[in-house]
Amino acid sequence: MVTSRHPILQVHQLDLAYDDHVVMRDLNFSVNRGEVFVIMGGSGCGKSTLLKVLIGLKNPAQGQVVYDNEDFWAVDHARQQMLLKRFGVLYQSGALWSSLTVGENVALPLQLYSALTPAQIKDMVHLKLSLVGLGGYEDLYPSELSGGMRKRAGLARAIALDPDIVFFDEPSAGLDPVSARMLDDLILQLRDYVGATIVVVTHELASIFAIADNAIFLDAQKKTLTAAGNPKDLLARSHDPNVIQFLTRGEKQGVKG
Amino acid sequence: MAPAKITLQCDQSLHVLSVEIGGDWQLSDKVPCVDEVCQQFSTNPDITKVIVNASQLSDWDSSLLSFLCHLARECQNKKITVQYDSFPEGVESLVALSLQEIGAEITPKASSQTFLVKAAERFFAARKSILILLDFLGEIICALGRLIAGKAYFRWNDFWIFVQRCGADALGLVSLISLLVGVILAFVGAMQLKLFGAQIYIADIVGIAMVRVMGAVMTGIIMSGRTGASFAAELGIMQANEEIDAFKTIGVNPVEFLVTPRLLALVVMMPLLTLYANFMGILGGFAISASMLNLNPVEYLNHTQVAVKINNLWVGLIHSIVFGIIIAVCGCLRGMQCERSSAGVGEATTSAVVTAITSIVVATAIITFICQILGV
Repeated sequence: MVTSRHPILQVHQLDLAYDDHVVMRDLNFSVNRGEVFVIMGGSGCGKSTLLKVLIGLKNPAQGQVVYDNEDFWAVDHARQQMLLKRFGVLYQSGALWSSLTVGENVALPLQLYSALTPAQIKDMVHLKLSLVGLGGYEDLYPSELSGGMRKRAGLARAIALDPDIVFFDEPSAGLDPVSARMLDDLILQLRDYVGATIVVVTHELASIFAIADNAIFLDAQKKTLTAAGNPKDLLARSHDPNVIQFLTRGEKQGVKG
Repeated sequence: MAPAKITLQCDQSLHVLSVEIGGDWQLSDKVPCVDEVCQQFSTNPDITKVIVNASQLSDWDSSLLSFLCHLARECQNKKITVQYDSFPEGVESLVALSLQEIGAEITPKASSQTFLVKAAERFFAARKSILILLDFLGEIICALGRLIAGKAYFRWNDFWIFVQRCGADALGLVSLISLLVGVILAFVGAMQLKLFGAQIYIADIVGIAMVRVMGAVMTGIIMSGRTGASFAAELGIMQANEEIDAFKTIGVNPVEFLVTPRLLALVVMMPLLTLYANFMGILGGFAISASMLNLNPVEYLNHTQVAVKINNLWVGLIHSIVFGIIIAVCGCLRGMQCERSSAGVGEATTSAVVTAITSIVVATAIITFICQILGV
């Protein structure tokens, strides 16, 4: 593991809102280079909205999202585009482009932003797909893959350009336990072998405890971040009933009925 | 099986209402309404407690729960306490569960709004739609500029696929509709011209109408329903599947990648389809005139040739290019605006077709007006 204490991503006083409806306010946290960082919280608490702000899909109501000393939402459009090339994103559904084959999906970012020849791109596509266990699936269309395979193909596309930071939106959602575990292992391999920084948005406890180096808990009731740290430490030391409730699936503290 | 019933007894000195529940409470049968109890609240406003007794209850299902929940809510609103006596195990817990407040903050929407508020909301919604449309048009113009400058990411494979879908695949439908429009024009013209013995002018009517406007309008309407709807559905599903987000996060402008090839394919194919529709319409009119209206085929063709001027052809082609832009913009815009749900895709598709057809009719009127002023 190559976790260093140098933050690659810092969030300062971030407020998230849809028009006048504030979803989260005053978020402050940082993600260290080479760690697996989990954004956790109950359904509808604003995890995916936060992710959208982090990856440049939605403007924050206020606050800063700083990548290596550059505030993403303060720089001009051209610079934002440059910063985007440093991200890889695996969406909840995989979000593979349905009109392209799996190979073309992975190849597209390489065609756009690398200086590789078509033959080299082909090799690179095969490499990335092999890393996620899909070597040989290049010519299939997304509709011909299972849910788990689509997510893995999406991951291959997300890491096509060797991004500094890879974002995962609910990676285990809709997967059987074995496929979910395989994806967790892939995330850890990505951190250990490639040195990528991983930011995962999830509420799957098994994944959280298996992969997270650090995590934050978004509280839907208080509309802000109420806990930060390693999930196992949070479980052992946190006094916040909502955090304990979440991390024990409601088996401890303050559960009604 | 005893029918479901309630017996009410009001003790005015103690301000207590007793509700005796008895019989079989089944969804399939008629069950008492809670309004009977509520009437007691109106006639005896001093009631502070309701005792519900189920000692005579024999069988029950959700109909009883529904009754009790409604009663409990009414009592809650009126600050009346409820006591449950002799109820089967679980009924009280189920009532309590269904009355549990959800923690989320739900702001109720104003139920009745004044006319002015509604009018203002409509105005701002319309203003927002216009701004979104202008923004989208601006993005398309920028994307085309980048394409001309060779800086846009443009997949020619996609373009040729869209050319085929907008062109060759639509030929059957365009043929049928245009042929029939020609036939209809010939019949309608014949009915009037026959009165003056001037049936030969059917050739002029069919030729000019098809070439100048009807060929383009009919092709536009066909393509709105066929291609515009398909563009909206495709992009809508891509939006729902986060595919468009995925383009944005790798720094690809979705307008360049998705809209430009569709727009160009339609703008290229619409004039060609319109020419084809013109031909089919004239053919329809010719076939009917020669076979059923007893006109001389050669004379008919000569009349058509003399009547249809090159200006008419240009006007028709300008119509078709404008319609191509309208259909592609409406289809793609509605698809990109689509909400992330299956209902959203349906709404986007419907909206794309309705907007495109309305815009086509408006554009036809504007072009006709301009041509009138210019004397074309």
